[in-house]
Amino acid sequence: MSCDCSNTPSNQPPPPSPPSARRGVMLKLGIGLMGIGGAIASIPLVGYAITPALKKYKNSWIDLGGIADFPEGETRLGKFTNPNAAPTDGESAEQAVWVRSFKPAQFQVFAVNCAHLGCPVKWFQQSKLFMCPCHGGVYYEDGTRASGPPPRGLFEYKWKIENGRLLIDAGRLPGLEQTV
Amino acid sequence: MIRSIQKIVGGLLGWTESRSGLVSFVAPLVTHRVPRDAKWWYVFGSASLMFFSIQVVTGILLATMYAPSAAEAYQSLQYIDHQVPFGWMLRALHAWSSNAMILMVVIHMSQVFLHASFKFPRELMWMVGVLLLFCTLALAFTGQIMRWDQDAYWGLGIGAAIMDRVPVIGNQLRNVMLGGPYIGGATLSRFFALHVFVLPGLTIALIGAHMALILKNGISEMPKPGMVVDPKTYVAEYEERIKKTGVPFMPDAAQRDMVFCGLMLILVGALAAYLGPVGPSGVPNPTIIDANPRPDYAFLWIFTALALMPPQIETAVLLIAPPIVVLALLGLPLLSNRGERAPSRRPGAVISYVLIATVLGTLTWLGVVSAWSPVMNAWTSLPTPPQYLVGRTPLEMQGALVMQHSQCRNCHSLGGEGGMRGPNLDNVGSRKSWDQLVRQVQQGGGNMPAYGKNLSSAETTAVVAFMTTLRNDGAPESTIPGAMERQSSPDQAPKPVLGDAGK
Repeated sequence: MSCDCSNTPSNQPPPPSPPSARRGVMLKLGIGLMGIGGAIASIPLVGYAITPALKKYKNSWIDLGGIADFPEGETRLGKFTNPNAAPTDGESAEQAVWVRSFKPAQFQVFAVNCAHLGCPVKWFQQSKLFMCPCHGGVYYEDGTRASGPPPRGLFEYKWKIENGRLLIDAGRLPGLEQTV
Repeated sequence: MIRSIQKIVGGLLGWTESRSGLVSFVAPLVTHRVPRDAKWWYVFGSASLMFFSIQVVTGILLATMYAPSAAEAYQSLQYIDHQVPFGWMLRALHAWSSNAMILMVVIHMSQVFLHASFKFPRELMWMVGVLLLFCTLALAFTGQIMRWDQDAYWGLGIGAAIMDRVPVIGNQLRNVMLGGPYIGGATLSRFFALHVFVLPGLTIALIGAHMALILKNGISEMPKPGMVVDPKTYVAEYEERIKKTGVPFMPDAAQRDMVFCGLMLILVGALAAYLGPVGPSGVPNPTIIDANPRPDYAFLWIFTALALMPPQIETAVLLIAPPIVVLALLGLPLLSNRGERAPSRRPGAVISYVLIATVLGTLTWLGVVSAWSPVMNAWTSLPTPPQYLVGRTPLEMQGALVMQHSQCRNCHSLGGEGGMRGPNLDNVGSRKSWDQLVRQVQQGGGNMPAYGKNLSSAETTAVVAFMTTLRNDGAPESTIPGAMERQSSPDQAPKPVLGDAGK
């Protein structure tokens, strides 16, 4: 195993050669290509990750049942399946609303989510109050805030009656920024 | 025979070592010198690491059975708990070792803060440690979501509601967090990816950085009053001392770590076997309104703060406090990286620590009690104590019925049972006069809803009549000074009641 290089004196610097200049260009080219490739590749990645922020989720009119199911003077729990439901949602696709009928064919449909931080409020027919189990928010029967930390009354859904059925405009989790 | 085996093993080791350099790489790591006085105060970091390792092992095993789909997660947990041999123990270990890990991280951090070990040249170690604290808490929160029960569902609801308060992009942030416009399958999948891929990966990388920094800067000595840190001279002095009096990590310090970790492992294992797995609570079906969501221990203080904060400042605090806390923790060693390390010479630091620990401890305890939450089933599950009914008139008895029936006890206790949101009513008749009680019931106030529209005049009269009988033994009925004395018992001449919604 011998080669010519062993004869080269060790103190002699390697000859300045075009390859080192080329290497500088190559490095810049490499960084540039990686950058462009990475940027292009990241479009679908970022887009995939933040889709929920970009997509406009639409509500739909949901049938809650016949208006006879919600007798006057009572507040009852209405149930429906989320129109935006995905196949893997299981029981979490089931949704509930409080339906108050205060005059013939006149309704208020409230989100079950407390306006404070979204816990499920429960209706008490006897005291005519909605109470929240988390931080103690309380609402009157018309959804206005009675006491506790909520910054506003209960969120209300738009509703309409079609062919004797009560329909509500639903699909999103209600919140302060974008109510139902 | 033995000689030939020795020869083979030696040959194998030599072969591996010459190609990997493993021994020459690892040997300095385990024998690096540590201060002689680094004794029992120094075991908590190792214990944190041990519990993290348990989380990795039990986590991987759980992932082989758990179905990370909102449609099946709950059932898969039931299956692991009840059908898989030792499944329940694995879930119990994962849950309790998670709590133990948080505890060890907090004690470790407390020690580093109180001994000012974060000062020069260990500022970066502290910062990486702070990031590890956040990773630990994030793992705990996302782990709680994996249970996919009512607590997980409504806990996400709370998270979503907090996101929603961010101005302008709140709704977008919320949708990114939930993976859509509501809590569902996409939400669980997102949190699963965070819990089993992103956060553990990040944590392992940060642990690596934390360890590399330990080897680079060495473990701090026990603080001594008068021994000040001066960045100009510290490194040379420290190395000099370590060279003179230091001891090898293995076995001098490691043996103590092992004893403590072994004890902790046995303790947490026994605790897990005794207490069993945590959750799942109710089925995550949002139409089941009877949920009573509570976060895990590590987050109870936040739950309390959100209940007790004045509503006017809530949004501001929610948006401003977290970045301040993060920056304060990360920036601490930059604010103070020299000078005294001994707690006795740093009274401000000790007082701050005691204050913060007291506040967090108190908020956590208040969260366990959660006095602000109505007891939703008190009105049906807690009977009126019989001693409060003895010798009462029919009207007063009717009042007791109204009190029970109108959910008063969801917020007010009687005989030590019931809600704690409002004052207890055991001797309300000694504190408030007839007129004051009527006003309070009808108009509410002081965090009580107004019952004016919800009770008829007769019901109000009855419940007030009952409440005036609730007095300490022998105490007179409360009256407003200067008001006319009531002439007769309410049965004969009920006071007129303001307003009447009519029933």
